[in-house]
Amino acid sequence: MIRHRLDPIALDTIRYGEVRQIGGAKVSFHPAGHVPGSAQIRVEVGGEVWCVSGDYKVVDDGLSTPWEPVRCHAFISECTFGLPVFRWPSQVDIAEDLNAWWRANAEDGRHSLLGAYSLGKAQRLLHMLDPGIGPILTHGAVEGTNEVLRAQGLPLPPTTRVTPGLDLKAHPGALVVAPPSALNSTWARKFGPASTAVASGWMALRGIRRRRGTDRGFVVSDHADWPGLNAAIKETGAHKVFVTHGYVQAFRHWLEEQGYDAGIVATDYAGEEVFAHEEAPKDIIDEDAPEAAE
Amino acid sequence: MKDFAALYARLDQTTRTNAKVAALTDYFASDAVPAADKLWTVALFSGRRPRRTITATRLRDWAAEKASLPLWLFEESYGVVGDLSETISLILPPASREEDQPLAHWIARLRDLSALPEDSRKQGILDAWDSLPNAERFLFTKLLTGSFRVGISQTLMTRALAQATAQPETEIAHRLMGNWTPETTTWARLLHEGEARDDTARPYPFYLAYQLDDPADLGDPADWFAERKWDGIRGQLILREGRHHLWSRGEDLITDRFPELARAIDWLPHGTVLDGEILAWEGDRPLTFNALQPRIGRKTVPKALLTTAPVVLMAYDLLEQDGHDIRPAPFQERRQRLETLLRDLPPEAPLRLSPPVPFATVDDLRTERLRAREEGAEGLMLKRLSSPYGTGRKKGDWWKWKVDPLTIDAVMIYAQGGSGRRANLFTDFTFAVRNGNELVPFTKAYSGLTDAEFRQITAWVNRHTVQKFGPVRQVEPVQVFEIGFEGIQASPRHKSGVALRFPRMLRWRHDKPVDEIDTLDTLKEILAAHG
Repeated sequence: MIRHRLDPIALDTIRYGEVRQIGGAKVSFHPAGHVPGSAQIRVEVGGEVWCVSGDYKVVDDGLSTPWEPVRCHAFISECTFGLPVFRWPSQVDIAEDLNAWWRANAEDGRHSLLGAYSLGKAQRLLHMLDPGIGPILTHGAVEGTNEVLRAQGLPLPPTTRVTPGLDLKAHPGALVVAPPSALNSTWARKFGPASTAVASGWMALRGIRRRRGTDRGFVVSDHADWPGLNAAIKETGAHKVFVTHGYVQAFRHWLEEQGYDAGIVATDYAGEEVFAHEEAPKDIIDEDAPEAAE
Repeated sequence: MKDFAALYARLDQTTRTNAKVAALTDYFASDAVPAADKLWTVALFSGRRPRRTITATRLRDWAAEKASLPLWLFEESYGVVGDLSETISLILPPASREEDQPLAHWIARLRDLSALPEDSRKQGILDAWDSLPNAERFLFTKLLTGSFRVGISQTLMTRALAQATAQPETEIAHRLMGNWTPETTTWARLLHEGEARDDTARPYPFYLAYQLDDPADLGDPADWFAERKWDGIRGQLILREGRHHLWSRGEDLITDRFPELARAIDWLPHGTVLDGEILAWEGDRPLTFNALQPRIGRKTVPKALLTTAPVVLMAYDLLEQDGHDIRPAPFQERRQRLETLLRDLPPEAPLRLSPPVPFATVDDLRTERLRAREEGAEGLMLKRLSSPYGTGRKKGDWWKWKVDPLTIDAVMIYAQGGSGRRANLFTDFTFAVRNGNELVPFTKAYSGLTDAEFRQITAWVNRHTVQKFGPVRQVEPVQVFEIGFEGIQASPRHKSGVALRFPRMLRWRHDKPVDEIDTLDTLKEILAAHG
């Protein structure tokens, strides 16, 4: 996947749990459950263990190797959704909503346009779809990732890449998975008066959902929600917790009140909370790197 | 409340008008929805909200306590969500049981709560929160806070009710007028039984004009009638069965606020309904809107105000004559009847006829529009001579052509976040003009920018905040905006000494440096000329 996105680069790979000695440090990677292949990094020096979470979620999405707690003294945790208003619905409920929306559109003779980040989120949604409802089409950015992941043995339903010559009439009631930025583009017009939706954790907030202007907003995130963050931190057994990426001030304050020795790791990913997601147009949906990176 | 929550979700999820009307029609036509719920839905969607039963402070205390969260974290969350009811519904633990009751049941429960001592009220609300799924919990809390609003125009609801009950839209619009509440009527009485006119105080739906961009679009000038667009309060004066009733366009009964109009009965026969503008009047011309301002918020009027700012009704349409609804007659005919009716009235009668503005060509209209302010008006009204009196806002027969707003270039000095659809964006700004080396704040403005511009300015505010005062950010005085407004008046309460009417951002002046903004003196000159 990294080669697909960054090629050409020199690359050394490692299995989850495999320990490398680098100088005085023992370094190992552990599942973060964010997207397939994502990892937390454990570093042990002289018996003291630190762990960097990277982006993570604690629920099993059915595709990524599920998150595992890493026992450590100090834990550096992301907190993209580190406020108590973020509590995700269960994957079963989301799947039910998603398929009901698709089925209703298909019965009305309309296409369904689903906007999702093309690495991880898109595949997670594909995995949740009921292929019995109709054909599944994909934007090139999504299909490129699909090909790589299929080659790694991940179970994805059959999909068809949308190409200029594709006969849409041959795919009635299709669901189309595309990056969110493609939803407002000329590319999306070929699907006619389709029903549109976006899948993102930000869709939990009505103001953002309405401002995005799609017909539906599905609350699907590859980051931990508030209960997830709190449970994960507890399970690491760490007393020292550093937070980064997200509502850092509030989350640090909260952890301190819970008795942790808490701090903040500043990053270049500056900006402030959700505002940071609004600096560029249309970007409030992408929880991670901008789609432009693809 | 499941049906109501499902309806709300359908309306909230779409921006398409047809989809909204379809959702409403399905709901109103459904046999599964109790009539009392439909009645409450019509009431809520037309702004007839139940009164607030509990303060916002109590609600956030109880919600934070129930969720085992410190109050500061609740506030932090509220800052991000931008809506109190939504914040509460999101932070509370999931409901432990489910109580499926109709909307009318929950509203009755809410009303019963207000009579209880605080402890029992709290218990009642916690119980409700614990038995409602998220979407319904959100709506229940909205009703609790008295802030329930929905983006459905009266026109859309009228259309849906007309489809659901198989009646003409005009009849439905008429039936929905007046001061009914779900406590004083029933679904059947409101929409099916008798006739709309059985209630003698019930007003006709107001006909509203569209904004005209170019008078060349009107076609043949000979088809049109022009008059001033008066700057007062739109009112409908009803004289029936020995009594008079005055309604505002917002459907408030304002009879007691303008006792001068009671004397209309002395000169006009019963079974008369006039459409016009309530204006403060002196001699032979209207006073500015400023003179009317002190009369607006008052239920009763002190004697002094009756002498300093007496009102008249500047009549411009006749809707009912001798008890007959003449709205279907062409404007030309209604106007003639109105002229005959108001002819030869003495000056002490609180009624005036809105005079015609004569014109032959489109250019005459352009000239007359520019003269609006000297006539004490805010523009021109253009009405098609052949048009019936419609309901609601419809394009084509009535146009308003306002004068350009007054403008001033000012610099932004404070920014504050919006709420609802504009949560997480800075949308409320304070602007200042220059006075020597000092910046003097003189107005706030919230509207006029596109969503993209609001996002842009939000990003800018984040990077250029000088100081925070709670939710308010003091920003570097750099961004210049052209502020437009409809009126100005002296205000000793404000540091600048002036207060503006309908201020909004007309343009973001990227081209203008801050040392070229307008001064306090300019503002005072505008006050002297237009205040």
